[in-house]
Amino acid sequence: MNAISPTLAKMHGRKVTVHYGSKQALFDVDLDVPERMVTALIGPSGCGKSTFLRCLNRMNDVIDGCKVGGEITLDGQDIYDPKLDVVMLRARIGMVFQKPNPFPKSIYDNVAYGPRIHGMAGTKGELDEIVRGSLEKAGLWKEVKERLDQPGTGLSGGQQQRLCIARAIAVSPEVILMDEPCSALDPIATAKIEELIDELRENFTIVIVTHSMQQAARVSQKTAFFHLGQLIEWGDTEQIFTSPKDERTQGYITGRFG
Amino acid sequence: MMPQKAPDHIVKSFDDELRKLREQILAMGGRAEAQLADAITALAKRDSDKAVRVIESDKGIDAIEMTVAQDSLKILALRQPMAKDLREVVAAIKISSDIERIGDYAKNIAKRTLQLNQQAPLKPTGSIPRMGDLAIKLISAVLSAYANDDADGLIAAWRSDESIDEMYNSLFRELLTYMMEDPRNIGASTHLLFIAKNIERIGDHATNIAETVHFLVHGKPIDETRPKGDTTNVAING
Repeated sequence: MNAISPTLAKMHGRKVTVHYGSKQALFDVDLDVPERMVTALIGPSGCGKSTFLRCLNRMNDVIDGCKVGGEITLDGQDIYDPKLDVVMLRARIGMVFQKPNPFPKSIYDNVAYGPRIHGMAGTKGELDEIVRGSLEKAGLWKEVKERLDQPGTGLSGGQQQRLCIARAIAVSPEVILMDEPCSALDPIATAKIEELIDELRENFTIVIVTHSMQQAARVSQKTAFFHLGQLIEWGDTEQIFTSPKDERTQGYITGRFG
Repeated sequence: MMPQKAPDHIVKSFDDELRKLREQILAMGGRAEAQLADAITALAKRDSDKAVRVIESDKGIDAIEMTVAQDSLKILALRQPMAKDLREVVAAIKISSDIERIGDYAKNIAKRTLQLNQQAPLKPTGSIPRMGDLAIKLISAVLSAYANDDADGLIAAWRSDESIDEMYNSLFRELLTYMMEDPRNIGASTHLLFIAKNIERIGDHATNIAETVHFLVHGKPIDETRPKGDTTNVAING
C-alpha cells in the first residue's frame, strides 16, 4: 500500500476500528486523506465506507452502541480527544448527505444558520457577504438571488443539494464529507455537483462515498476500496481503475461480485 | 498478480461480448499469419496464382478489423469497462490495427512477387523466406500469448525481433552490392528490398502486439528498452 507523506495528508486514520454493539464493522483501517484533493471511498453495500466517513467528523458518536477505536487526526490533532469540542470539530469538517435536507427555512437562513450560531458575522452586511459567497461557490447564486426569502424546500432536488453544499461551506470548513451526494439526483444535477466538487477542491479537502464507480473515477484523485470492513486497496484513482493490484478490487470494479 | 482466469461477470452477456472480441482477434491474427506464409511461399516458388489469392484475401482481414472496432466501441459505450476489462477492449483495438497492417504488408509482398515473377530470379530471394519464417514465428508466439493471457514467454519473443532486424540489415547490404554490380539488377533488387523492409515492419507490429499483451496481462508496460536493430539509415552513408 502506498503511503502519502505525512505533510500532505490533512487527516490520518490509524488502526481505525468500529463496533456496532458486538458486531465489528471496521477492522484496523489505515487511511490518509490528502489535503485539497478528492478522496473517493468505494465498495459494496455494508463494506464500511460510510461508517469510516462518519468516523471522520464523529457522526458515529450519535449512534447508540457504536464504539470507535484507533486514532484519527486532523492536522495532527486527535479528533477523539475527550477535551475536544465536537461542535467546533464539525464546523471544521462539514458534511453533505445522500438526500438533500435543507432546513424548513428560507434559502437565506439555510446558509446563514451556521455562521450565526458560530458568531462568524458581526453585522448584517457581513452575514449577507457570507451567504452570497457560499451560494456563489456552490454554483447556486444566479438561480436563487431573486428569491432568497423563499423556502429552501421549494427548490429542485439538485438545487437543494447545492444549497446543502452552500450551507456546509458557509462555516468555512477545511474538510467536506459527502455521503452519496448525487444518488437522489438526475444526471444533469449530478454533473453540476461533480463540476462543483472539482472547483471546491481548490479550497477544501473532500471525501466522498459513492456507489457509482464512474463518479468516483470522474471526480476523485485518490480512491479507497473497502470490502467486509477492511480497506483492501488505496491509491491514485487512475491506477485503481486501470490496473488495480488486488483481485477483490478488480472483481468489484469490473462487476464480478457485488 | 491477477489470477489467470477471472470469475464471470454478474452480467453474463458482458462475458460473451469480451470472449467474442478475443475470438475475432485470434481469427484475424491466424489469417494474417497464413497470408504472410502464403506470400513468402508465392515469392520463393514464383507462384503468381498464390500471390493473387493473397492479394484478394486481404479484404477479409480488413472486414474483421471493422467488426472489432464496432464491437469495441459498443462495449465502451454500453458497458463502461474498468480495470482488466478496459485494458481488454483497448488491447483489442490496438492489436487489431497491428494485425491489419501485417495483412497489408503481406499483400504488398504478394504484389511485388507478381512483378518479380516477370523477371529473371535473383539470388537473395533465398534469404527472404528465412526472414519471413522468423516473422511468422514471432506473430505466432505473440498471438498464443494473447490467447492464453500469458505474458511470461513474451519477452523472449519480443527480443527475437532483433534477429529480424539484423537479417534485414545484411540483406540490405547484399542487395546494394547486387545493384552496384549490374544496374539491370536494380529493378528486382528494389522489389526485394521493399519486401525485406515489409517483413522487418511486420516484426515491429508483432513487437507492438507483444507490448500490448504485456500491458493487458500485467497492467504495466514492459520495462526494458525496445530491441532495435535496423541500422540501415546510417549504413547507406557508412
